[in-house]
Amino acid sequence: MAAKARTRPKAEVEAPGGEPADTLRGYYEQMSLVRAFELRSSEMYARAKIGGYCHLNLGEEATVVGLMAAIEARDYLFTGYRDHGYALLRGLSPERVMAELFGKVTGVSGGRGGSMHLFDAETRLFGGYGIVGGQIPPATGAALALKYQAAAGPDAAAVMCLLGDGTTNIGAFHESLNLAGLWKLPIVYVIVNNGLGMGTTVEKASAEPDLYKRAASYRMPGVRVDGDDVLAVRDAARDALKQAREQRQPVLLEVMCYRLRGHSVVDPARYRSPEDTTIAQESDPVPSFRAELIAAGVLSEADAATIDETCDARVSEAVTFADESPEPDVDDLFAYVYASKVANAPSALPGEPVMDAL
Amino acid sequence: MTDKVVPATRTITYRQALNETLRYELEHDEKVFLIGEEIGVFEGSYKITAGLLEDFGPDRVLDAPIAEEGFVGAALGAAMLGMRPVVEIMTINFSLIAIDQIVNHAAKMRSMFAGQVSIPLVIRMPGGGGQQLAATHSQNLEVWYAHIPGLKVVAPSTPADAKALLTAAIRDDDPVIFLENLSLYSAKGEVPDGEQIAEIGKAAVVKTGTDLTIVSYSRGTTTALEVAHQLEAEGLSIEVVDLRSLRPLDRDTICASVRKTGHAVVFEDDWLSYGIGAEISATIGEGVFDFLDAPVRRVAAAEVPLPYAKALERAALPSAADLARVVREVLNISSTPNDK
Repeated sequence: MAAKARTRPKAEVEAPGGEPADTLRGYYEQMSLVRAFELRSSEMYARAKIGGYCHLNLGEEATVVGLMAAIEARDYLFTGYRDHGYALLRGLSPERVMAELFGKVTGVSGGRGGSMHLFDAETRLFGGYGIVGGQIPPATGAALALKYQAAAGPDAAAVMCLLGDGTTNIGAFHESLNLAGLWKLPIVYVIVNNGLGMGTTVEKASAEPDLYKRAASYRMPGVRVDGDDVLAVRDAARDALKQAREQRQPVLLEVMCYRLRGHSVVDPARYRSPEDTTIAQESDPVPSFRAELIAAGVLSEADAATIDETCDARVSEAVTFADESPEPDVDDLFAYVYASKVANAPSALPGEPVMDAL
Repeated sequence: MTDKVVPATRTITYRQALNETLRYELEHDEKVFLIGEEIGVFEGSYKITAGLLEDFGPDRVLDAPIAEEGFVGAALGAAMLGMRPVVEIMTINFSLIAIDQIVNHAAKMRSMFAGQVSIPLVIRMPGGGGQQLAATHSQNLEVWYAHIPGLKVVAPSTPADAKALLTAAIRDDDPVIFLENLSLYSAKGEVPDGEQIAEIGKAAVVKTGTDLTIVSYSRGTTTALEVAHQLEAEGLSIEVVDLRSLRPLDRDTICASVRKTGHAVVFEDDWLSYGIGAEISATIGEGVFDFLDAPVRRVAAAEVPLPYAKALERAALPSAADLARVVREVLNISSTPNDK
């Protein structure tokens, strides 16, 4: 059963006017870094350095870069399990992220969370959620806390909550958007719509496949933007965050992009129509942004090649770091189960007697 | 007792046994239909439903959006009208989204409405850790369901039982939680041809012995058998009871075995406190206390959210070595260096 390829008017290639060349180069560097990191993650998974589930941002780089260019350091970010690129651009070093994927003690959570559960309190990356939709209620609650803690205004913090297209069908999505609309919370829900929830197209999963329209039910603005256009994504996200900060107006932003590969590293995506695969490849934002910048004279071929090589080398360093880092110590198995010291907290390893005869 | 003709058998995987059973039931009862995420076009996250959409069409094999509470509840509603839906939840971890429909509704209806309605609903889902899927995707939550009157909970450990228990579950008029395990899907075993219908609520003595009883279920039974055979070589005679059904629980078979052996160890993948092993231990204590030569011991998972890192995951999950060590401790036999 071939999935019907999505059609979308493609923006004309034009010089991205008005943007400083450094900014554009910076965005390309970030896209190239995410691309290099994800390709290497895939390779490391194949070499069994990474285990469990591993979901990549390949094809979504313009979306990742655009959203992360819009969010401020004071804002909080919640996301699903396709989270590597966001973590990198939130400012986590490739070393710490790769080490987490390797399950090493030097990882962002000491190897406890793995690919799906990246979390970094310092940069306000509040996860990394493995359960579909699991992030939406806590993100909404974070916005509730922000509203409680400080007044609205241009310097206020807001929450950005990322979710996939498939996630819009889970009850928690609707419950949370209703709460945010009702309580006027400073939050932007971003649907990263790559057209496929695992192997199911949006059209086969959602009775209203124009997902941004769902905002109407919760009296919040619903906006759709081309996810292959990094500047459009950035501007739309900035505008949404501004409404959230200054007016306590929650916004639903739908970003249209393509997933270049399967749902996870192990999925060959055989359910996908050749037509859809072709569109995804043709829309690949990394080479097209590269070509756009070269055509506009912002980058030379040589500059672009240097950037790609530098990013690749950066990721190589991360892999070496992760590989050489130690495994977590088994003696620390129970280290973080409870925040407060508690009497009789279980600490038996399998097979250890739980009681001595009294 | 009449002599039964012993059916021919084939060696197939647990996955194949499930697939063939679903196919057979779809072919033979038009009230049977399947609902789940990615079970059609994608053929199931673990390929249990491979080929079924193609052969039975989208009315019988329904791809559902990510909406566990919605589609489990919808299956329940269809069951109230006499359909026999078989739901696949991608993993037991995601069943928590649907737990209200399962526990507050499916489990209650027959009793609360004085038998006016029955719920012939099957919910299949794999549990288990050990695949580095981290804390949210590695749980053994079957005890949550085993605690609930009105539900039946079965947990086959072999391809033959996968077939016989799934057939029984689909033909049963009550809601049945059908527990699978990620690490069993590719396990092979002999499966008898033709219709095989297990009796839900019956355990099986899958290996006889006289010195000690290991009680387990699902993946744990395969480890228990491995350890029992290993200890056999050292002159210990270990009996293995495979629960097969967690609710109802076959207390007679457990107690009869321990009455004979005088020693018991429960091996379980779930967390120790309030776990399946707690119920088994209490049953043995109440039923055959006078026959026990040593306290019942439980070998269960360390009580932590399961970490992703391989070294920590391995330490937290009960292993064959842990089980062998505890069996020796219960029998008061000094351990060998291999167990450490």
